[in-house]
Amino acid sequence: LHSASQSELITSTESCFRHLHSLLPDDFLNIITLDLHDDLKEMLDSNKDSLKLEAMKRIVAMIARGKNASDLFPAVVKNVACKNIEVKKLVYVYLVRYAEEQQDLALLSISTFQRGLKDPNQLIRASALRVLSSIRVTIIVPIMMLAIKEAASDMSPYVRKTAAHAIPKLYSLDPEQKDQLIEVIEKLLADKTTLVAGSVVMAFEEVCPERIDLIHKNYRKLCNLLIDVEEWGQVVIINMLTRYARTQFLNPNINGGEKAFYEKKAEAAALAKRKPYVMDPDHRLLLRNTKPLLQSRNAAVVMAVAQLYFHLAPKAEVGVIAKALVRLMRSHSEVQYVVLQNVATMTIKRRGMFEPYLKSFYIRSTDPTQIKILKLEVLTNLANETNISTILREFQTYIKSMDKDFVAATIQAIGRCATNIGEVRDTCLNGLVQLLSNRDELVVAESVVVIKKLLQMQPEQHSDIIKHMAKLTDNIQVPMARASILWLIGEYCEHVPKIAPDVLRKMAKTFTNEEDIVKLQIINLAAKLYLTNSKQTKLLTQYVLNLAKYDQNYDIRDRARFIRQLIVPTDKSGALSKYAKKLFLALKPAPVLESPFKDRDHFQLGSLSHLLNAKAGGYQELPDWPESAPDPSVRNVEVKDSVRAGGTVTLRGRALGLSEESGSGSESEESEEESESEEEEEEEEDEEEERAKKKKKVDKSKPKKPESAESDQSSGEEQKRIRKGGKDRRSGTESESEDESESESSESESESEEESESDTDIKKKKKPTPSPQVTPVNSFLSNSLVTDLEGLSLTDTVLTIAPSSSVRLYELLHRITGEGLAVEYCFSRQPFSPDPHMVAVQIQFTNNTTSEAKSLHIEEPKLQSGMRIKEFPEIEVLPAGESVNVVMGIDFCDSTQAANFQLCTHIRKFFVSIQPPVGELMTPAFLTENEFKKEQGQLMGMNEISEKLTLGEKCQSEHVIVERVTSTANLSRVPCGSDKESRFAGKTVSSGSLVLVTVTRKDGAGALLTVNCEKMVIGTMLVKDILQALTQ
Amino acid sequence: MIHSLFLVNATGDIFLEKHWKSVVSRSVCDYFFEAQERATEPENIPPVIPTPHHYLISVLRHRIYFVAVIQSEVPPLFVIEFLHRVVDTFQDYFGVCTEAAIKDNVVVVYELLEEMLDNGFPLATESNILKELIKPPTILRTVVNTITGSTNVGEQLPTGQLSVVPWRRTGVKYTNNEAYFDVVEEIDAIIDKSGSTITAEIQGVIDACVKLTGMPDLTLSFMNPRLLDDVSFHPCVRFKRWEAERILSFIPPDGNFRLLSYHVSSQNLVAIPVYVKHNITFREGSSQGRFDLTLGPKQTMGKAVESVLVSSQLPRGVLNTSLNPSQGTYTFDPVTKLLSWDVGKINPQKLPSLKGTMSLQAGASKPDENPTINIQFKIQQLAISGLKVNRLDMYGEKYKPFKGIKYMTKAGKFQVRT
Repeated sequence: LHSASQSELITSTESCFRHLHSLLPDDFLNIITLDLHDDLKEMLDSNKDSLKLEAMKRIVAMIARGKNASDLFPAVVKNVACKNIEVKKLVYVYLVRYAEEQQDLALLSISTFQRGLKDPNQLIRASALRVLSSIRVTIIVPIMMLAIKEAASDMSPYVRKTAAHAIPKLYSLDPEQKDQLIEVIEKLLADKTTLVAGSVVMAFEEVCPERIDLIHKNYRKLCNLLIDVEEWGQVVIINMLTRYARTQFLNPNINGGEKAFYEKKAEAAALAKRKPYVMDPDHRLLLRNTKPLLQSRNAAVVMAVAQLYFHLAPKAEVGVIAKALVRLMRSHSEVQYVVLQNVATMTIKRRGMFEPYLKSFYIRSTDPTQIKILKLEVLTNLANETNISTILREFQTYIKSMDKDFVAATIQAIGRCATNIGEVRDTCLNGLVQLLSNRDELVVAESVVVIKKLLQMQPEQHSDIIKHMAKLTDNIQVPMARASILWLIGEYCEHVPKIAPDVLRKMAKTFTNEEDIVKLQIINLAAKLYLTNSKQTKLLTQYVLNLAKYDQNYDIRDRARFIRQLIVPTDKSGALSKYAKKLFLALKPAPVLESPFKDRDHFQLGSLSHLLNAKAGGYQELPDWPESAPDPSVRNVEVKDSVRAGGTVTLRGRALGLSEESGSGSESEESEEESESEEEEEEEEDEEEERAKKKKKVDKSKPKKPESAESDQSSGEEQKRIRKGGKDRRSGTESESEDESESESSESESESEEESESDTDIKKKKKPTPSPQVTPVNSFLSNSLVTDLEGLSLTDTVLTIAPSSSVRLYELLHRITGEGLAVEYCFSRQPFSPDPHMVAVQIQFTNNTTSEAKSLHIEEPKLQSGMRIKEFPEIEVLPAGESVNVVMGIDFCDSTQAANFQLCTHIRKFFVSIQPPVGELMTPAFLTENEFKKEQGQLMGMNEISEKLTLGEKCQSEHVIVERVTSTANLSRVPCGSDKESRFAGKTVSSGSLVLVTVTRKDGAGALLTVNCEKMVIGTMLVKDILQALTQ
Repeated sequence: MIHSLFLVNATGDIFLEKHWKSVVSRSVCDYFFEAQERATEPENIPPVIPTPHHYLISVLRHRIYFVAVIQSEVPPLFVIEFLHRVVDTFQDYFGVCTEAAIKDNVVVVYELLEEMLDNGFPLATESNILKELIKPPTILRTVVNTITGSTNVGEQLPTGQLSVVPWRRTGVKYTNNEAYFDVVEEIDAIIDKSGSTITAEIQGVIDACVKLTGMPDLTLSFMNPRLLDDVSFHPCVRFKRWEAERILSFIPPDGNFRLLSYHVSSQNLVAIPVYVKHNITFREGSSQGRFDLTLGPKQTMGKAVESVLVSSQLPRGVLNTSLNPSQGTYTFDPVTKLLSWDVGKINPQKLPSLKGTMSLQAGASKPDENPTINIQFKIQQLAISGLKVNRLDMYGEKYKPFKGIKYMTKAGKFQVRT
């Protein structure tokens, strides 16, 4: 009894409270909540962290539920400097949420973050910036701007990444800052770390997507970094690059039929003028570097690559995306939904691509309706003469589905197949007519509507179908279907002259009970019959029109009045009634059943705007291809930079090399390497300084070179020695970063992190006087420097540094034919700095006459397709008896075709041509032994050419072989364990394909020469040349 | 990018909201509720809903709608993929992703969401990094926390974000070093009335559970890598090595992760491990229908077919059923018309069958559609495509790990049309 009464009591108090709630004004409730908050305030003011934490947790829970907790602001903001890390984080959450409402109080916290920005720990700096920039208070805009600028040149890439994130925040707070922010973006775009790349491109897209010019210099770097950027960044970068490419490159499908088909004449004329299309190497680079990302686990990345290929790739290459997109269809239904929308658009343009995957779009009864309908759309788009029978059989099973919306969509799909493919029109029509006897009214109605559309195409042959449908008016109730039938009978009343008046009679009887659209069609039918068969239907028509005159719906009254005036001749009726018959019974064009996805591809695929088929806010139009390609040289960067970018290319690639080493090596070695590379990335600042140091070291090691060149020691020993030297130097570098590598291996990370940070800080402070610029003069040197930086072993590169003493001079213009002007040229083997894809040709003019030669320059180059020339600056005066050297660049497109041009003086023109020996079409590539083996493994089969040879008498020692090979071809030596083998590696200048050469000495004078090269022609020619050099 | 996130339960209550930029009123969800009302089934709500000022992108998982609010152009898949990643993370943290679990751990959820997005752009989505920042709640830790007042937030600063292998946390230590790989293949198939295969394909995944100390570098090679037609990798897999040698080489994340998912080309004939004999008829004019279903094994490579579950959506006209299963249990829900039969293991000597009658609405005409039969099953120790792992090697660490590989075949979307 006791407990019962107690529970009663409880319920009664509860109901009391509820009563109170409903009765009392809002103020009282507020007091109650305020009371609650007082409790929290007390907890926040206490000096126990656990109490504070508990309070903050409750406050955050309130925020999460959407309850207002803004009145606690002063109490919370006090704790912003709390020592407890979780309290601090929750305070940040609170602060960011309410700062906008409590601007003045929020300012109290700013100093804490400003202090945080100076913290030696990079993660604290980053989080301080993150919170500071999230506080939406206009007053602190200048502080934020300053903080962002500072962070953008922070040495930690993580802080720089946070700076990139902060840019759009500031921009949304104060768009006035745009110009300054663009400067920061420009700076961060030049960043070479993968961590920053995605975030800064994101900022670029939000702040200044129109400044496409900022991308030029970073384009190649972005392409190369792409695979190592985190997945979300990849999506943003790929989408941006798609737009970029559309403005900078030519349409690769311009020669294809598509366009020419529509604008034949204009296009043909333009085609005649246009040079044959050659893809810009940068365009190719983008396509090549994005392709592996089709294998990403992230659906958004796959979609981004797919749209890039769809919008940019030559038609023949787009096919690769189909497989990946079909794979995405296995994912969650939301992903399926988006992918199918895009596939539907693609199938309209490029049907062939998805045809092999037809069956993947078959519909399962368990699919949600919206997915079913999209799949149906795709199947319809894919239908053609060859697969239509399978598709129709599949459709037949769909019609039996329980999902009636889906059945209706299927019937429409059948209708579309029938209009698109003439062969099956009759089959489809018969099938649809059978559906007219279906028990489900929706099915019948939908069939009627579709049949109506089909019949419009060839009504004469199908009067029996029309008759059949006329009978349906007795049973079918769906207004749309009834209206369709009536329209059909009216339109083709001549084919069914007996039935039509009878249908009108029946309809007149039920007129008042019909739906509006049916009534309109009844009037329509009456009018048409009156015009064709007025004898039988005159009275009926009058009756119907009279009924309509008093209808409730004014549309119908209106129509009735209009039609009466038009068809019934009275003295007042105007000129129009004469034409009534023409007006009503004009031949109507058959409706075109089109896919709703037609022409959607003018939106960038994968975008929100494409999905909605409407422009979303902030959508950037996908520009049309330019008519002629803008200058490709804007993307050129200085040689040393490009080499460096190539070096940092892939972490995955590097990790690969690492793993191979780790097979034999120990753990410590690995972590060492890692810390090195990490350090390297972090210390962009110190880099210049480091380079300077290293340069000195290289300089020191340089004097060794002539010794090694002269020494007759067996080269195996020599190699060892140099390697040792290399190692020593490497350990030298390591000693600098000793602290890091040691602390890395110790367990306490956070500490070591700080330690190493402070360490680098000190280094920064100690920074000596500005380092001397690495001048690009001796680019071989800087090359080796870079390879050193990359942690590759330096071993034999010393050998290749030796400038080939045997530079051969070729004659361009003989003294006699040149009337005293002699021109010679040689391949200097220096990288041609304005364009790395060009071979540098050094040209020497000698004036043997007694008078001055003026304005020496090049005219009218006649080049094979794809070849390009970079002329030397005009020589104004060449005094008698003097000679002068100039350098020009030629992109031979990796072929030995001659470059023809005219050499002009102020009085004469000479036809000359430069034909490169195959060995000059390449530049040295620096590989390790492992890399060499790996690359060689990939270039087997057709790409490998081997030849046996007998070495010439003077050519027995390795030293000579090396010399001969390197003088024949511009290759670098690759270290090799065995002293019987010599290996060389290079890259073709224009396309960068690897060229690998191996000479293996056998007993006696026998040897085996192997060349591996993707370009077989180059390989074959190179074999011939080297063979000749070695057998002499 | 992502402006706000609302979590909505099946009854239409918003039980959590989080804003990354300025606050968006929760009334924006009214558009979502409108769409919910229009859609007959929960899965038919369009994933993208335009409203006058915002766009709503939603995913439905575990009966919770995750509704993201965005304001300007963003690839929809970007948002969808991210939302799914959020759900995966919750599941990883709390074991289940239910409304109750989220409400119980609301602070952790909030901290997670805070770390995952910055200004609406994904910041840290790798579970290994997040776990360094915010420790997942365990019973033990909750107890310890309440007593000692210590926190869930990691004391150390996350170094993983800065390393070259961002997916692996540093300083991992185990006493038992072990690496398990599950090769799981699913058969998607549509079988037509006569029993012939209309379409069949195999989708496989390799899920890994790797608990290894330090920074191990693993390689996994297959006996028959050519089988794999289309693959997608965890970011840790070195793509070039795969391209060149068809070997999976990777530094694994710590814990559970999906190493690889693949597709076996449809050119290869897919073995269908079960067959169904069915006879489902409705007679005109009678209020009875016959239902007769027999299952049998086919091409199972000698392995047993287990955990078989048959389900079918019967036509609306069916009022009730009276069926007799030779084994297992069956249920029929007269409201949703869903028939499901839990068969268990198929014994090849005595084939399981389900026979009996269905009672139809009196006077109604015979349903003209025939139900589809969905089948689920499992076959242990068999990868139906014939894929076999050749060997697993570890480099970079000195200890000997315990390695294990398990194969399993399951039915994916396996449908029989009748």
